[in-house]
Amino acid sequence: MTKVPTSQISDVQKKQKIQRSLNDRVFTVVNDFLLLLFFLIVLYPLIYILSSSFSSPKAVSTGQVFLWPVDLSLRGFEAVFEYKAVVSGFANTIFYTLVGTCINIVMTLMAGYPLSRRTMPGRRVLMFLFTFTMIFSGGLIPSYLLISSMGMINTRAVMLIPVALNVYNVIICRTFLENTIPEELVEAAQIDGCSHIRFVIQMVLPLSKAILAVLVLYYALGHWNAYFQAFIYLTDRNKFPLQIILRDILVLNSVSDIIADPQLYKARQGMADLLKYSLIVVSSAPFMIAYPFVAKHFVKGVMIGSVKG
Amino acid sequence: MTVDSKVRQSSPAVRSKRLGSLRRRLNMDWQLYLIILLPLIWLIVFQYIPMYGAQIAFRKFQATKGIVGSDWVGLANFAKFFQSYNFKKVIVNTLAVSFYDLIVGFPFPIILALLLNNCLRPRFKKITQIVTYMPYFISTVVMVGMIIQFTSPKVGIINFARQAMGLSAIDFMAIPGYFRHIYVWTNIWQGSGWNAIIYLSALAAIDPGLHEAAMIDGASRWKRMIHVDIPGIFPTITVLLILRAGQIMNVGFEKMFLMQNPLNLDASEIISTYVYKQGLAAAAPDFSYASSIGLFNSVINLILICTVNYVSNKLSETSLW
Repeated sequence: MTKVPTSQISDVQKKQKIQRSLNDRVFTVVNDFLLLLFFLIVLYPLIYILSSSFSSPKAVSTGQVFLWPVDLSLRGFEAVFEYKAVVSGFANTIFYTLVGTCINIVMTLMAGYPLSRRTMPGRRVLMFLFTFTMIFSGGLIPSYLLISSMGMINTRAVMLIPVALNVYNVIICRTFLENTIPEELVEAAQIDGCSHIRFVIQMVLPLSKAILAVLVLYYALGHWNAYFQAFIYLTDRNKFPLQIILRDILVLNSVSDIIADPQLYKARQGMADLLKYSLIVVSSAPFMIAYPFVAKHFVKGVMIGSVKG
Repeated sequence: MTVDSKVRQSSPAVRSKRLGSLRRRLNMDWQLYLIILLPLIWLIVFQYIPMYGAQIAFRKFQATKGIVGSDWVGLANFAKFFQSYNFKKVIVNTLAVSFYDLIVGFPFPIILALLLNNCLRPRFKKITQIVTYMPYFISTVVMVGMIIQFTSPKVGIINFARQAMGLSAIDFMAIPGYFRHIYVWTNIWQGSGWNAIIYLSALAAIDPGLHEAAMIDGASRWKRMIHVDIPGIFPTITVLLILRAGQIMNVGFEKMFLMQNPLNLDASEIISTYVYKQGLAAAAPDFSYASSIGLFNSVINLILICTVNYVSNKLSETSLW
């Protein structure tokens, strides 16, 4: 393109250009302002909780905290870890999350890989069997009767086995493998006498890091936050995951054994509220902190996995 | 060359080799079944057996007689539900909160994604993205705990602020009129950032050539957003809208149940919480009655998702399957 001397640009064009750049500047300002609004609305409750959790019991119960911690203290966090039910809830949740996620990943790959192979006879029928459960289910009561007839009520297994697979994640996994593992690669391996099982372990796993990151995050978060399964099927306090304990404290407001002396009601109320804020921070922090580190894998995995899901 | 390849194709040695490879492949495919066997057993046990068990909705379930042995009563349980005075309430509550959530909540992630996409400050963009998806990691229990804490008439920040302005404290969770607003707007707060991810990746996939062409034609940034970005993500919007519309009758149990208290029950009792109360929480649980309500809900869901999918397939050739 040859450079046009300024004098040759007509007045109309010049006007248009100025108009456009003015428009664009207004657009940029409005856009960033709205985004800032979004940012602050989401951020404020998070900041408020974080600040409250680092404040003193008195400051929390009298409403002195608005933005920054008041009377900086770690009493709330001390109380969290002195609370026996919370500690055992944490231990149980860590167990359910670790074991549950391992089972989930193995099972999801075992379902996702065969479904991703176009040569498998009867693939469509199997696929239908899986997807149909996403749009129709027997419901809560028949599931309860089944679990109860299997003798799984109030066992740790009920937190792992009935949720061993999530069909939605199987579909994501299958779509990913279909798009990343070409049929030729499987054929080449088979001609060399490689079995499917060995192929999965030696070829598929190293090529699926992105989708594994997504699946681990989805499943682990699911176990960490799981409440329903334990609520319906567990009765034994020492098997309760963290979320059930959290419900007692945060939703039902039953804080029992923090301060034994009933005369210190006011102090106790303040302590209970502080405990809640600290508990929210401690229970939600692990995934919030971990996510930015896997975010890159994650977005990639979601994009590939969701194509024509 | 062609003759040569023809000769090769028909040569018996090659043919037997092919057959061998076919046989080997069939052997290999047998392994695929071996791999999928365990997930398949899981699927049949934990998904299909409950579907078979759903027939207790048509029976009068007695634990001693078992599912198949209990007396057949036809549609009596369904009739009981349709005639119960709770029927209208739970259906209206379920649909109201669901439509509210869909209509008000659906556009927010799209707006957020467009704002992020049009932001020219990379650091601000990145921080905003991280902050807006953080609430997604908060569990339902904690989320409801936060709502209760914030709206508490004694120690809640909202009422502290009201008192500072000279207004009286309100117990928001005790008033049915506030219930749906609290439910939907906290959902928006929690989910917008996360749900924006899929739109952001759709926006990133738009051909930059389209933007360049529009710029040469003198389109402003606003015009480009309207005529390039939005049409570009429209297929994604359609698919997600179908998915949501198919879930209209499927309001999550957890958040609703946790937000319930005896005072707001008029607005907060929905199908899934009602099933739980009739079936598992009741002093004299009626399994058959509860599962008939659940089955009714599942069937409506199935019809809805098939209808929505059919319509969208006809209109825009976008289909889930």
